[in-house]
Amino acid sequence: MSNQKHPENLEQDFTCSSRRGFLKATTALTAIALSPTLITKAAINHRDEKLAAFFEKIPLNIEVNGKSYKMETEPRETLLDFVRERLQLTGTKKGCDHGQCGACTVHVDGKRVNSCLTLAVMQEGKKITTIEGIGSGEKLHPMQASFLKHDGFQCGYCTPGQIMSAIACINEGHANSPSEIREFMSGNICRCGAYPNIVDAIVEVKNGGQKG
Amino acid sequence: MENLLNLIPDDTDRTDGILKVTGGATYSAEYKIEGLTYGVLVQSTIAKGKITVLETKKAEGAPGVIKVLSHLNLNNSVPRYAKDDNVTIDRNIQKVFYNDQVYFAGQPIALVIADTYERAVYAASLIKANYQEEKHHTYLEKNLENSISPEGKDYLRNEKDAYKNSEVYLEAEYHQLNNIHNPMELGSITANWESDEKLTVYDKTQGVFGSQKHYAGLYGMDSKNVRVIAPFVGGAFGMALHTWPYQDAAVIGAKITKLPLKLMLTRMQMFTMVGYRPETKQFIGIGASKDGVLNGITHNAWGVTSTYDNFTEGTVGGTQFMYKCPNVNTQYKLVKLDVSNPIWMRGPGEATGMFALECAMDELAFKLNMDPIAFRLKNYATVHPVNNLPWSSKFLDECYELGAKKIGWYNRNPKPKSMTEDGMLVGYGMASGVFNAGRGAATARVILDENGKLTIQSAITDIGPGTGVMMKSVAMDSFKMDAIQIIVELGDTNLPPAPTQGGSNTTSSVGSAVYDACTALKEKMVEVYNQSFGEQKVYDDFKFNKEGFNIKGKSFSYVDLLKKAGLKELEVTRESRSGTERQKYVFNSFSVHFTKVHVHPLTGMVKVKEVVCALDAGKIISEKQARSQMIGGVVGGIGMALTEEGVYDHRYGVYTNNNFADYHVPVHADIPPIDVLFVNKPDPYINPIGAKGLGEVSIIGLAPSIANAIFHATGKRVRDLPITLDKIAIWRD
Ligand code: FES
Ligand code: FES
Repeated sequence: MSNQKHPENLEQDFTCSSRRGFLKATTALTAIALSPTLITKAAINHRDEKLAAFFEKIPLNIEVNGKSYKMETEPRETLLDFVRERLQLTGTKKGCDHGQCGACTVHVDGKRVNSCLTLAVMQEGKKITTIEGIGSGEKLHPMQASFLKHDGFQCGYCTPGQIMSAIACINEGHANSPSEIREFMSGNICRCGAYPNIVDAIVEVKNGGQKG
Repeated sequence: MENLLNLIPDDTDRTDGILKVTGGATYSAEYKIEGLTYGVLVQSTIAKGKITVLETKKAEGAPGVIKVLSHLNLNNSVPRYAKDDNVTIDRNIQKVFYNDQVYFAGQPIALVIADTYERAVYAASLIKANYQEEKHHTYLEKNLENSISPEGKDYLRNEKDAYKNSEVYLEAEYHQLNNIHNPMELGSITANWESDEKLTVYDKTQGVFGSQKHYAGLYGMDSKNVRVIAPFVGGAFGMALHTWPYQDAAVIGAKITKLPLKLMLTRMQMFTMVGYRPETKQFIGIGASKDGVLNGITHNAWGVTSTYDNFTEGTVGGTQFMYKCPNVNTQYKLVKLDVSNPIWMRGPGEATGMFALECAMDELAFKLNMDPIAFRLKNYATVHPVNNLPWSSKFLDECYELGAKKIGWYNRNPKPKSMTEDGMLVGYGMASGVFNAGRGAATARVILDENGKLTIQSAITDIGPGTGVMMKSVAMDSFKMDAIQIIVELGDTNLPPAPTQGGSNTTSSVGSAVYDACTALKEKMVEVYNQSFGEQKVYDDFKFNKEGFNIKGKSFSYVDLLKKAGLKELEVTRESRSGTERQKYVFNSFSVHFTKVHVHPLTGMVKVKEVVCALDAGKIISEKQARSQMIGGVVGGIGMALTEEGVYDHRYGVYTNNNFADYHVPVHADIPPIDVLFVNKPDPYINPIGAKGLGEVSIIGLAPSIANAIFHATGKRVRDLPITLDKIAIWRD
């Protein structure tokens, strides 16, 4: 993967490398406005990695788990794939990629979001929190500890999403009774069926009963 | 909320619990490997025919694409594929990209490998296929005449169709559509050829050795050069009992490109690429005397399978021995359709079969004007009717008792449509479940180190039940140690051999191996002690405790023993397996499910209000996780009963609902409080730990208990799963 360049440098590359390159780049860049399919076709036919890179590398400033990143992202890259594949934060899970399961739940500026349903490029300047950002093996977040205590999981694959959703559920004020919790947690599927234990875990945290 | 907690895991917590709640658990698509490439599969859009043109040029030229693999360029690069003309290998696993034939809609026809996931997805969209289509069949009901008998002969005990001569009898048909396992983790694999002769696979599998054998077989390699790693499996429920073509595609793709490759299926692909519980039609004829003595049962089933495999399951098996009944005949047939291959899904065929039998039992009890529990107890089998052997242990009668008491069974008004609550019709239903309690050969290694820590190793996978905590519990009990002293390692072919996780077998097999290995380690300690101190003590002189042991009042710690003997560690590996007890007894786990439902009097909407399960699974090893596993089965059963159905558009042979928005698995709001009651009596013969296993009986019997509850609430018998409100059609009354 040699195309880790910023678009400006890339344009420079295009214009300076050769006259042919210049022409190709200009035609291509003019064509962007006119016909995106045409341009993609050009990229395909000419195996034009540089051109592809131009489309694929949009600068992105983002804060994830308190750490700032200056990176590039393809406009088609989801926030989910960005954290999993680019930042290696694989705690956030992919269960459907269509906003139908909640496995990918993260917090964006404190609100729960299905990260598969939002593009990384849309998160400019935002603060993202993933499961890795709320606690660790040595010091667990009360919700993590409560899930452990109540056995609120089996295979563990939906668990990071459930926990991120559960924290938000309480913060939103939607955890006032087991039935309200069930309603507001229904976007998070658990195929192992840990639901009753998850509800117990959330109730305990809500009531402040979780002890260290 | 924001305060973090220092936490020492409780003895009853999962060994991998902290990793799972912190995002530290790594599933098969989550390993960081330098130079990783991404694979995306392209699928057939027709159900049957031939690929005439496969246009891959555009994809090959797209940015970042390294390789496009299909039947056009696979050639003879996979020796095992080239060996014969069969379209399947091993356990009838379809060879991937083997030829131009399409056997079902959604079959993988090409693999795009690129340097990023986005580029692979885009390039895959550029691949176009033309087909020569043939007429396909995906409709069970319309193809019943073409069925085959996979087992050769049908089961008959005494007189055939004797139910017809009974004083009271009924005949009924049952049906259910495909259920799809849909574990939350997508089918995922990372294949890494470290050299031409050495392969490491991070796999979604229920059995690392099964996978290892399969991948090694592809290239005629020695198994020891293939390592399969699966310490975390994000659910499976049967879909990862064997490997699938997508996994071959990844292994072959990585071999050809010489680059590590990761392939993750999409949720849509999970519907056609990794099996399902097949659509099944059933017939039951059942008859009894007026006072409720069963006279005859006929149970026939037609299950769906693919054109390239005869997939079978135990759909009619339970009927042969569940009740004392002089005349029983069963027939099991397969209907081969242009669909992908099914695979056992939790409680497999038994869950399907028990739906029919236990609904019929309820219906007959009603006809006889008997209580459903009294009717079952009247026909209670104490000797296995097929083998004429006693059960090793059977406390099904206690389960009826326990569950009935808990849910208040005898307080209900048994008359249908007689009870209401909050403007809803109220129904109570019950049904029982049974499953084989097996025991496979398994090996465990226990290692005591110089710090007094005990490591337990076995290659078994843990797809969710808490296998690690079960192993830990057995060792804690053996050594009287605390959980903190014990480390569990599993899910890796480098560890001692274990069976595939499935069929409610794991605790019985691996738990016993851990038990035997722990016992052997203690015996070894006695030996080491005698050698070190020049004494002649015997095993019974030793009283083990968490720090060490006590011999006639004198205490030694494990640490001291190893120090004295000059050892860094003490290690024992033991294989454990069943013996002749299997010829003397029949081994089964039993469950009884009780459910309470609300049915809306106008719309027929069903809400499950309460579930009580009572269970005879022998000794319960780790109660917290056993309860969770039972709850999980109940949740799956609620889906089977009320919401789950894979619906084809038969014109094209494709699914219309292959996603979570349209295929409804239960969500939080669907699930009521669930009570789990264990008889918890050790089975004296099955194995040294007395545990029988409960993964399957957790779901078997749940769907009929709901169907029976709906009958009680509404007076309507719905014999077609899932029971959606249109089938109750209460407004027509
Ligand atoms: S992966 Fe995002 S909702 Fe399922
Ligand atoms: S714990 Fe397995 S899906 Fe929820």
